[in-house]
Amino acid sequence: MKQQTILEVKDLTKYFVVGRSIVSSGEVVKAVDGLSFDLFQGETLSFVGESGCGKSTTGRLVLRLIEATRGTVSYKGRDVAKLSGGELRKLRREMQIIFQDPWSSLNPRLTVGQIIGEGLRRNKELSQAERKRRVLEMMETVGLRPEQYGRHPHEFSGGQRQRLGIARALIVGPKLVVADEPLSALDVSVQAQVVNLLARLKREMGLSYLFISHDLAVVEHISDRIAVMYLGKLMELASKQAIYSGPRHPYTQALFSAAPTAEVGRPADRVILSGDVPSPLNPPPGCRFHTRCPHAQDDCRRLEPEFRPLESGHWVACHHPLARG
Amino acid sequence: MEPLLRIEDLQVNFHTTQGVAQAVCGVNYHIDPGEVLGVVGESGSGKSVTALAVLGLVPHPGRIAGGRIRYRERDLLNLPAKELRKVRGDRISMIFQEPMISLNPAFTIENQLTEALRTHRSISKQEARNRAVEMLAMVDIPDPAKRIRDYPHHLSGGMRQRVMIAEALLLDPDVLLADEPTTALDVTVQASVLDLMRRLNERIGTAIMLITHNLGVVAESAKRVVVMYCGRVVEQGAVGEIFGNAAHPYTRGLLKSIPRPGGSELYEMKGIVPSILELPQGCPFHPRCPQAMPRCVREQPPWRELAAEHHALCWLYE
Repeated sequence: MKQQTILEVKDLTKYFVVGRSIVSSGEVVKAVDGLSFDLFQGETLSFVGESGCGKSTTGRLVLRLIEATRGTVSYKGRDVAKLSGGELRKLRREMQIIFQDPWSSLNPRLTVGQIIGEGLRRNKELSQAERKRRVLEMMETVGLRPEQYGRHPHEFSGGQRQRLGIARALIVGPKLVVADEPLSALDVSVQAQVVNLLARLKREMGLSYLFISHDLAVVEHISDRIAVMYLGKLMELASKQAIYSGPRHPYTQALFSAAPTAEVGRPADRVILSGDVPSPLNPPPGCRFHTRCPHAQDDCRRLEPEFRPLESGHWVACHHPLARG
Repeated sequence: MEPLLRIEDLQVNFHTTQGVAQAVCGVNYHIDPGEVLGVVGESGSGKSVTALAVLGLVPHPGRIAGGRIRYRERDLLNLPAKELRKVRGDRISMIFQEPMISLNPAFTIENQLTEALRTHRSISKQEARNRAVEMLAMVDIPDPAKRIRDYPHHLSGGMRQRVMIAEALLLDPDVLLADEPTTALDVTVQASVLDLMRRLNERIGTAIMLITHNLGVVAESAKRVVVMYCGRVVEQGAVGEIFGNAAHPYTRGLLKSIPRPGGSELYEMKGIVPSILELPQGCPFHPRCPQAMPRCVREQPPWRELAAEHHALCWLYE
C-alpha cells in the first residue's frame, strides 16, 4: 500500500532579522533554510537537533503560526499560505499544536472546561449541553476526571496540565498534531504516562504527528521516521530503523551516540564532538557542520552539500556519507 | 577506607505559609575519596537541598533541623563561620545547572577565577592568573590566555559550564558537588562535559557527587548510586546493582519507564510525585507502589542491607 501524503513541505525558509534599530539594519538569522519533506498519513515524523537548529520554528511554520520567508506548505494538496482567514480557521481545526510548557500555554483565569471547550465555541450548531458532553468525553480520553471540569490550571501537576493541553488540541478533531517538546517539562515517572497517551490517541484517532524533541530516547521509542536538523538545515531524513542501524550523516552519528542510555558505563562507540553549535547568525560556509565534523575535508568547507536521497527514502546532506551500517 | 564526607540523619524543613515541609527527612549517605557518586531523584526528592546543606547554603525558608555532616572528623553543621569558610569553596566546591546565574556578568572570567584563588590562598596576582589560565586549559577552553579576558556573555553554554568547573577545581578540592551540571546543555555538549568531568576525576582524584534526574547520565558516569524520593534515600548500591538488580519498587519503576527502542507500550508508574507538604503516611511511595502492603500504609519502612553495599528502604525485604 502506498502511503498517503498529508503534508508536503517544499523549500520552507524563515529568516528573522535581529538587532534592527535606527542606526543598524540588523542581522539576519537563517532559522530555517530551505527545508523539504513530506509527512505521511498516520505516521510520527520526529524532528531532532540541538537548541537553535530550527526544529520548533519548523513546527510553527507548518501551522502558519508564523509566516514563512519563502517556500510552500501544502496540507492535503492545498497551499496553506494562500488560504483566506476563514479557510485558514477551518483548516486549523485539522492542524493542532501541543506546547512544551504547560505552565505558560494555559490561560490561568479559565477553568478546565473553558480551556478544553474553547475550540468548540465557533461551532454554533452545538448546544451548551452537547459542548459540555464532548468536553467531558475528551477529559476521560486523556485521563482527567469529570470533577476537575470546573478547576483552574494552577491546581494541576505538570503531567495533568500536559493532558489538558492535549485535550484542548484534540477536541476539534485534528488530523495533524505538532507536538513541540511535549515531555521535557515532566518528571521521568510521569513522562511515560504521556508517551503512552500520545501513542494511544494516535492509534484511536488516526492522527499524524510532527514530533519535535531533543530527547533521543523518546524519539527512538515513538517515531516512524526521523529528521535531523542542524543550524536550520536538514542533515538526514530516514526511517527510524535506518537511522538507528546505520546513520549516514556524521552529525546524526555523533548526536545519537552522545545520548546517554541506561546501560552501565560509557558507550564504546561514542563520538565526542569538539566545540559548541556555531551561532546561527553567522553559520559556517560550505557544509554547516564542517567545523565540528570529524570527517570534514576540503570540499566541505567550500561547497554546501545537496540534500539528496542515497537510497529509497533515505535522504542525506553530506559530501562524504558514512558507509552503510 | 574512611569516607571523605558523611551525611548522617540529615533533616531539612521548609517553613512555609502552608505549613512545615520536610524537604530532607533523615538522609544518610557518604562519598569516598576519589569516587563518582550519582544521586538521582525527581523534582522534590531533596537531592539538591541535601547538597546545599553540605555547604550551609540551604535557601530561605529552609532550616536544617537535625543530623550531622561529617567531613574529615569535623561536623560542618557545628563549625564556626570562619572554619566553615576554609572548607566551603576550598575543600568542597559546587557547580550548578545554570552557569549564567552563577557567573557574575559584570566581571571578566579572570576577575572571577582569581578572586576565589586570592581569597583562599596568599598568592600574587600574577601567580593567580597563571593558575587560572592553566585551569582553563585543563577544562579544554581553547586559547585560554585570551579567553580569560572575556565576560561570561561572550561564552557559549558549554564554555560557561567549563569555566564553572575550572573555578570549582582551582583550589584542588576533595569533593565537587555537581548539581544537574549538564541539564541545560545540548546532548553533544553534555557528552563532552561528562567526558571532561570523568577525565578530571581520574587525573586529579577529586571525588564528584553528580546530582541529576537523568538515569542515563548516572549509568555512564557513576560508580555508586543513591536514589532519592520525597526527601528520603530509598535505595543505594553499586551502579551495576542498581541498574541490573534494582530492589526498591520506585527504582525499578523508574528504570522500566525509560523509553527504549521498539514501539511497545512503556511501563507507567501510576500517580505523581506528591507535594512535600502533603506526604502520605507510612512509606511515601506506597500510593504509587505496585507491591504496597497494608503495613506500608501505616509504618515507615526499614533500611535493609540486601547485599554488600546494597541497601533499600522497603518492607519487601523484611
